[in-house]
Amino acid sequence: MSGPLPVEAKGLVKTYGEIVAVDGVDLAVEPGDVYGYLGPNGAGKTTSLRMMLGLIRPSGGSVRLFGRDPLLVGAKALDGVAGFVEGPTFYPYLSGRKNLRLLAAYDDPDSRSRIEEVLELVELRDRAKDRVGGYSHGMRQRLGIAAALLRRPRLLLLDEPTTGLDPAGMRDMRALVRRLAGEGITILLSSHLLNEVEDLCNRVAIIRRGAIVYQGSLGELLATAASGYRLRSPELERARSVCLAEAGVENVELVNGDLRFNADEDVVAALSIALGRAQIGVTALVPETASLEDLFLHLTGGESSDRDREAAA
Amino acid sequence: MGAVAKVYRWEVAKLLAQKRTYLGLGVAMLVPLVFVVVLVTQTGGPNDVPLGRYIRDTGLAVPFVVLFFMSIWGLPLITALVAGDIVASESQNGTLKTILTRSRERGEVFVGKALAVMTYTLALVVALGLVGLIAGTIAWGFNPLTSLSGTTVSPGKGVGLLAASLAVYSLPLIGIAAFGFMLSTVTRNSAASVVGALIWALLMQLLGVLPGTESFRPYLLGTQFEAWHGFLRVPADWAPVIRALWVCTIYIGLPLIAAYLVFLRRDVAGD
Repeated sequence: MSGPLPVEAKGLVKTYGEIVAVDGVDLAVEPGDVYGYLGPNGAGKTTSLRMMLGLIRPSGGSVRLFGRDPLLVGAKALDGVAGFVEGPTFYPYLSGRKNLRLLAAYDDPDSRSRIEEVLELVELRDRAKDRVGGYSHGMRQRLGIAAALLRRPRLLLLDEPTTGLDPAGMRDMRALVRRLAGEGITILLSSHLLNEVEDLCNRVAIIRRGAIVYQGSLGELLATAASGYRLRSPELERARSVCLAEAGVENVELVNGDLRFNADEDVVAALSIALGRAQIGVTALVPETASLEDLFLHLTGGESSDRDREAAA
Repeated sequence: MGAVAKVYRWEVAKLLAQKRTYLGLGVAMLVPLVFVVVLVTQTGGPNDVPLGRYIRDTGLAVPFVVLFFMSIWGLPLITALVAGDIVASESQNGTLKTILTRSRERGEVFVGKALAVMTYTLALVVALGLVGLIAGTIAWGFNPLTSLSGTTVSPGKGVGLLAASLAVYSLPLIGIAAFGFMLSTVTRNSAASVVGALIWALLMQLLGVLPGTESFRPYLLGTQFEAWHGFLRVPADWAPVIRALWVCTIYIGLPLIAAYLVFLRRDVAGD
């Protein structure tokens, strides 16, 4: 029998008057997971994380971190847990280092001795004496990670850690997350970016309008959802005829000088053989990456709404 | 206790890093200075307030007279400036969630903040009293004080009476602070809490001067600002002092209990 799960949510509900922000979320994060909590903006990710951290009270259901319910045991439920929701916030009138000292005072005594170490880790040591009010968004995100690491967490809850960062900042943040995961920290990371979750996470939960619509391996989901392929060939017209003749290849169209079609994986394999037999050279035959919206369409059997389109944009 | 002490220490450190703290303390120190400078350059004086007639006899009388003028809205305003802000500003800028996701219980954070507000309030009164005493002494000397009963009090004993008076005077001011602190916790809006606390203070003063309020006037918060008069009578009149103690305990206690209950349960979400 292994110990309690890092995160276990059961039937989690949060309503604000008429609005149901989180609607019966069940979530199980295993030790060592880098767990992606994926959904468009406004789907209920942040509200879920707030309940996990004990910041807001669930209207129904429960959440446990390592077996402890923040509603019942208060801050003790956060032993070994750190993170932030809606981006980390600090006192703008205090320096980065002083902010960390303050937060260390709110932790166990051991936190304080780690301040320089975590500043070094997030590469903020040079700017640690400056007031946080003058920090860039990326620096604040990094300071947020530093503040979380002060607690020597076994579980990190990160709400959209790369949102608002420039490409270099995103890359650095993802590298940092990967490194922390490599050190054995369980990470629950919310994101509305499919490629980010694909890049970092071994498991995902997909949330839409407050409810989980998929939970499991992202790879499996993408394999079933990504039915779009792109074909590039010097003999486009002949290739097109072969595609049209191949059973199971659908929606063949010409897009930007490539052929685009939908087909299952085994059909694509058969198609490649057919193309070879017909002596048609192929320079590229690649699956198209599904967008978050494609996934939703797939998961909900094509039922989508304008609201989702807007949210996913 | 160690946890609360740490929170308290950092709450004070935060106050010391914010401009509004110095604005409040600056006003508390500037008013007695201006008061003395004006009286030095002008003739006449505040003859109709307690000890006002003796203001040019000794520097010891200055803090008492300034306390009287500042009780109406000056000190309530600068007290509310911090008390109304201390929780609301952290709700608004999102730092409340930062500190509530560490290892301290909400109750510990609450008590630390409440103690910090109390400390600031006491600091205001002490700063005002000290600056008044020093400026007054420079202007008119450290001479015996005439008590409200007309007897003469030695300067040494006068300082003791001043200290006791400042302590009792702080009680209703902490009452106003507690009210602002409650608003700050409940409304999560700094400006509304500062203004609300000030209106509460003015209302308490207003009720005290309206006709028909005589029956409950002794129990109004504003009335307690005069409790220190008891110390300046010979022999000392303890009745108003003791009444101030228990009346203010209620005015401090009730809002704090209400705020505590709200703070323990409230959702901390983006406002």
